Amino acid sequence: MRTILVIIRKEFLQIFRNRAMLPQIIMMPLIQLLILSNAATFEIRHLNMHVIDNDQSQASRQLIGKFKASNYFELNDFSYDEKNAKEDIMQGRDRCVLMIPKGFEHDLMKEQHAKILLNINAIDGAAASVIGTYSTSIIQNFNKQIDAQWINQQQFEPQKILNIPYSLWYNPYMNYKTFMVPGLIVMLLTMVGLFMSAQNIVREKEIGTIEQINVTPIKKAHFIIGKQVPFLIIGLVQFTIGLVVARWVFSIHILGNIPLLYGFATIYLIALLGAGLFISTLVDTQQQAMFLAWFFLVIFILMSGLFTPIEAMPHWAQNITKFNPIAYFVAVMRMVVLKGSTWKDILPHIAAIGGGGIVMCALATMRYRKRAG
Amino acid sequence: MNTRRFFGFLQKEFRHIFRDRRTMLILFGMPIVQILLFGFAITNEIKNVNIAILDHAHDAVSRDITNRILSSQYFHLYQNLNSEKEIEGAFKSGKVKLVIVFEHDLAKNIYTKNQANIQLLGDATDPNTANTLIGYSRAIILSYQQELNKGVTPAAVIQTEIRMWFNEELKGVYLFVPGVLTIIMMLVSAMMTSISLAREKETGTLEALMVSPLKSWQVILGKVIPYLILSFTITLLVLALSRFVFFVPIRGNIFLLLGEVLLFIITALSFGILISSIAPNQMAAMLISMMGLMLPTIILSGYIFPIDNMPLPLQVLSNIIPARWFISMLRDIMLKGAGWSVVWKDTCVLAFMALVFLTLASRRFKMKLK
Repeated sequence: MRTILVIIRKEFLQIFRNRAMLPQIIMMPLIQLLILSNAATFEIRHLNMHVIDNDQSQASRQLIGKFKASNYFELNDFSYDEKNAKEDIMQGRDRCVLMIPKGFEHDLMKEQHAKILLNINAIDGAAASVIGTYSTSIIQNFNKQIDAQWINQQQFEPQKILNIPYSLWYNPYMNYKTFMVPGLIVMLLTMVGLFMSAQNIVREKEIGTIEQINVTPIKKAHFIIGKQVPFLIIGLVQFTIGLVVARWVFSIHILGNIPLLYGFATIYLIALLGAGLFISTLVDTQQQAMFLAWFFLVIFILMSGLFTPIEAMPHWAQNITKFNPIAYFVAVMRMVVLKGSTWKDILPHIAAIGGGGIVMCALATMRYRKRAG
Repeated sequence: MNTRRFFGFLQKEFRHIFRDRRTMLILFGMPIVQILLFGFAITNEIKNVNIAILDHAHDAVSRDITNRILSSQYFHLYQNLNSEKEIEGAFKSGKVKLVIVFEHDLAKNIYTKNQANIQLLGDATDPNTANTLIGYSRAIILSYQQELNKGVTPAAVIQTEIRMWFNEELKGVYLFVPGVLTIIMMLVSAMMTSISLAREKETGTLEALMVSPLKSWQVILGKVIPYLILSFTITLLVLALSRFVFFVPIRGNIFLLLGEVLLFIITALSFGILISSIAPNQMAAMLISMMGLMLPTIILSGYIFPIDNMPLPLQVLSNIIPARWFISMLRDIMLKGAGWSVVWKDTCVLAFMALVFLTLASRRFKMKLK
């Protein structure tokens, strides 16, 4: 027990001796959280739209008004020339071009059938399809309104109507930040924790101090535990900062049990640090450690459901995420913080991370050899 | 004489880098894995989402609508609920993203009163998914409603023709290839360079190099050339992969593209040198490049998140990120087929940035030596 305490003290001394370290550990994630939460959004609003209205009729103006009134589009450019519009899309000024052909109103009233054209810059395919959906629904609404205005004046047989009211649970204002912040806390926690632990043992190898530790009577398991605890404490401090920022900067009310969150965070960090130290025992230089950690981190983050929903992945990829610790923690954060899920709901997650943690720590302990070479 | 020394030094550097098999494996493996992931696994397209149904009606209409919803590829029935009380539990377990509630006497209401209610409850913790799911299910229900009203003709129909430019099939890969390229270049050029220089500092070998007859700029040059070649090779690899596996087109001039790639690599390298001149050791170099370079590059460059969705201050901030200019250039050249007339401005910005980084770095290095 005392040996562990001594190692912990040594590690803390080493971490905090470096003046630059503390601000980096605390400030960087804080700033990142503030910036990221604002930047990481797929919310589609205020997209620049170019309008070519060759009809200049009441109907066309009404339709344009509908687009203007929606939150999604920002009608910036008007012209009568398709070439201008093309240029604007090419240069990235506008996302889409709405073209209302000449005779739009006439066709609509006389022939009951009119056409309009929408050009969308589809380099961002997902956004383009959302833009398509939004515009179609705006046009459909307009269509209905016209039906009501012009035609239903003559009595028609009453239509059967299915009302479809909907409600949005847990996030009624559709605030994207509410969704992202809990996940981002996990990401930042993971990045700092994994990098610091992955570099730790290999650094001692590089500097040569590992030999000195190897000749002491410290047990392998004690050594690994002593290395983990300081990072665990730092991680929990970061976690606390993250939650405080979420609560008071982003006004996210934590619905679930806070000790439950801390409990899960602790298990997660132990697993993560175990993995980091395991990497550290595998490699020869800090540079390698960093690359290895970075490699896995990028894949894990991208496939964690943090930025894109796991449901959208193909089946084989969803199966891979079962081995992705970040996916579990992101899911748990969202469930407990935003929905108030209880420990019963997250039991499978706890089991998975706990099991992974035991494996990782065991691997790290086994790989660490107290021999040279 | 001096050039021979320089080449000797260069050779040493090459050996240093290429002898580290593991790092090589990662450097070449990472872009491949990322492109494959983006190509196959990571999409925003929503399919087969678990939903729950609470059917109070149990009649022909509710069954019809249920069948239609489930036969679409978007939804998968996870459970049938029996009462309102079970809804919350279904959401909290995280398994279900949407609950559809059919009211009592649905069929009776629609046929006698001409009106009936179907309620949609979405788990909006993920607003985008909730929005999309509600949109899909509404569309299915509305098309059913249209069929109920078959006898009643609509008054007028506006037909919308949507044309998707540059990416007709809406493939996600198109968006991500330029981003993946950029990240790899940042990683190899900026981060590896900074760490490798910081390592020489940490182990004390930098002084040895400085007192050697090589000029200090030659030392720096010798350090960065291998990384330059490495980045360029990886770029070619990624381009080939995206072209021949995912059929991402290169519509513009390939030489213009490669020229811009070279320019960006130089910008990234000079940034790496700047970092290493500031950082006292590898750990610091790594943290600075990670937090100050990689993350902003990933987040603020438009790689994943569109810049025009961001709040204004961040849009302004994104202008100082080199990758932002490079990614937009890549997209212009590769996907839009744009030429020099579109990208010259971005090119000037990048060149200017490279110049600033180099000047700053060389100043700091001189100060160090004194």
